[in-house]
Amino acid sequence: MNGAREPASAAAAANPLRALLDTVRALTGDDAYERYLARHQALHPQLPALSPADFYASEIERRYNGVTRCC
Amino acid sequence: MHTVSHGLGYDAAMQVPMTTRSSRFWPWLLVALLGAFSLAQIAVFRGETVNAAWLLAAAVCTHLLAYRFYAAWVAAKVLCVDATRATPAERIDDGRDFVPTHKWVVFGHHFAAIAGPGPLIGPTLAAQFGYLPGTLWILAGGVLGGAVQDMVILFLSTRRNGRSLGQMARDELGNVGGAAALIGTFLIMLILIAVLGLVVVNAMKHSPWATSTVAATIPIALLIGLYLRYVRPGRVLEGTAIGLVLLALAVIGGGWVTTHEGLAAFFDRDGLPLAGAVIVYGFAAAVLPVWLLLAPRDYLSTFVKLGTVLLLAVCIAVLRPEIHMPAVTRFVDGSGPIFGGTLFPFVFITIACGAISGFHSLISSGTTPKLITSEADIRLVGYGSMLLESLVAVMALTAATVLEPGVYFAINSPAGVVGADLAKAVETISGWGFPVSAAQMQGLAEQMGETTLLSRTGGAPSLAVGMASILSAAFGGGLLALWYHFAIMFEAVFILTTLDAGTRVGRFMLQDMLGNVVPALGRTSWYPSVLLCSALVVAGWGYFLYVGVIDPNGGVNILWPLFGISNQMLASIALTVATGTLVRTGKARQAWVTGLPLAWLAFITTWAAGEKLLSSDPRVGFLAAARDLSDKLASGVLPPEKAAVAPQLIFNQQLDAVLTVLFVGVLWTVIAAMLLGVRRHLAGTCTRMSSEAPYVRSALNGVATPLGAAEAAR
Repeated sequence: MNGAREPASAAAAANPLRALLDTVRALTGDDAYERYLARHQALHPQLPALSPADFYASEIERRYNGVTRCC
Repeated sequence: MHTVSHGLGYDAAMQVPMTTRSSRFWPWLLVALLGAFSLAQIAVFRGETVNAAWLLAAAVCTHLLAYRFYAAWVAAKVLCVDATRATPAERIDDGRDFVPTHKWVVFGHHFAAIAGPGPLIGPTLAAQFGYLPGTLWILAGGVLGGAVQDMVILFLSTRRNGRSLGQMARDELGNVGGAAALIGTFLIMLILIAVLGLVVVNAMKHSPWATSTVAATIPIALLIGLYLRYVRPGRVLEGTAIGLVLLALAVIGGGWVTTHEGLAAFFDRDGLPLAGAVIVYGFAAAVLPVWLLLAPRDYLSTFVKLGTVLLLAVCIAVLRPEIHMPAVTRFVDGSGPIFGGTLFPFVFITIACGAISGFHSLISSGTTPKLITSEADIRLVGYGSMLLESLVAVMALTAATVLEPGVYFAINSPAGVVGADLAKAVETISGWGFPVSAAQMQGLAEQMGETTLLSRTGGAPSLAVGMASILSAAFGGGLLALWYHFAIMFEAVFILTTLDAGTRVGRFMLQDMLGNVVPALGRTSWYPSVLLCSALVVAGWGYFLYVGVIDPNGGVNILWPLFGISNQMLASIALTVATGTLVRTGKARQAWVTGLPLAWLAFITTWAAGEKLLSSDPRVGFLAAARDLSDKLASGVLPPEKAAVAPQLIFNQQLDAVLTVLFVGVLWTVIAAMLLGVRRHLAGTCTRMSSEAPYVRSALNGVATPLGAAEAAR
């Protein structure tokens, strides 16, 4: 198996449509907040997590800090 | 020196266990035969016309073979990709920049980032030489040059914790190389934005439909930005879906605008006010928060781009249109109306993106390496994405060459060459052997919902006419005007995205450079510095855009070659870094994989730059053009409106000559720095340490990968 965090959930293997949607969500970054929450819970659950709006704002700043598009 | 390979990488990259190799031989032989037959169809057995399907088949077969064999060989034998080695995404995994990501998701991100308007415009302009030279260069340059560059830089950056090209140039070539890469990137950015702005302005000039549609994309982006920030934070799919519906309505609404007298008059503008609007927009986009304008526009443009490219590919495959352009036209002699200059070297300069684009090395060495889960994914992401971009370039060439050549030249030839009068222009073009009539051009303009299509330079309108004819035919004919303006919107949306993003990157670079002199200016979030540096960047490209608009020859013929030269120069820097690093990591005997493309690029770029400087033909040489115009100005033969702008045009030609000298100087400086380093290394006197991160065994990969299977098979 490839070791990447698969965009698919456990149920995805059974449902190809679900797998496709998960891949699309991973491509667009729709799942970024969920991934952040999961990671936050795993690493330091005692600290308060960012709200979806605050997370989105910081994520956008990070993502557009550099060469993002080409000719 | 250090060991890069653990002797296992080869099979991991090939992903084909030894025992099954012979059974997989036959399909590849078929691909090779089909590819050879298709190439023969377009290059040798030419009838009256050639079907575009052969072009597409030749491209796809070439790409498949190159990916399966050449890319696999480079990955395995030259780079020695090692799936057991933990990538920075796995080792650092900070949940933000460094995230192990599924290879197809990385592929999608990387392709969306590298594919801009360049591969659409270059091939369209280069079609003046006929369909064959452009196609051959796109295919050969793509598989041997561009895709290799992208993959090798991605590999080197992945091995170096995602270091940028500028940092790797400094490591490899010293401070001079690093500075050259930085200045080169900054200048290429200014010229790129100017020429793209010019393409949009030319597409909107005196077209209320196009102008109102493009204008509507701004409030739509703002609306989606607000939606994603406050209404449903981070729901990109939803926001984009709403935006796409609104964009479609904007295209339809543009048709209504043309029927409304007041609105049609309001949106019917000359080039200069439109350029002013683009400049103001560029500044606003650079200083507004990213979430408000840049990010939502980027989402929309990515979806529109991927969707339209896919749609076009399917339509070409289904319709299989005939190509009407000859394989090679008479304009290989340098007398072409769209841009002056002979086939060699200018086809290689005109088509940069799609064959080899230095700009890609900035993406391959910034964001993407931080997402790579396994080194085994590098071939797909680096090499594969570039092949797809090459395919986009082939489709753009197809869309330009399915037009009647007379129509193609009427749309793309500047008024300064064929004259502004339709009857005279069509006579001139027909005289070249590409028959076209005034009635034909008028009928076409009416079908496309425009008042005229004569001399709509820049490539966007002719591409839009080609796309509209293909898409309309695929959907049962009709609605040509709607498809035409959809195509214009499609091009404008991602040209403006590149303009926003480029201005912002240019601002960061300028802040970085000025920060060395005045530390306060280096603070990227200090608002006075943001405003000042954004204004300077916008003024930089705004100047070239302004001169392009007032130039009666359309400006594209000057700016596009300059862009091509600068982009090839950046590619040369990337290939120089790659070649030097390969030699110093013990791969001197295989360093030709980047060394030969580098030699070719350095040769053609220098040759083209030499012609742009020294040619006595005012349509080719910058200095000859400046002299020609000053003589005309002095002798008083220029009409008053041309005499008024002549001093600015003369100055601009001289400035372009200085820039060309600068580009060539930068190019040979980095090559000299690399050769010096290589000589020292081979003589054993080199003391520079490799910046490669040490080997750490991957916990994610290498256990049940095909590598394991290959080991088991032994």
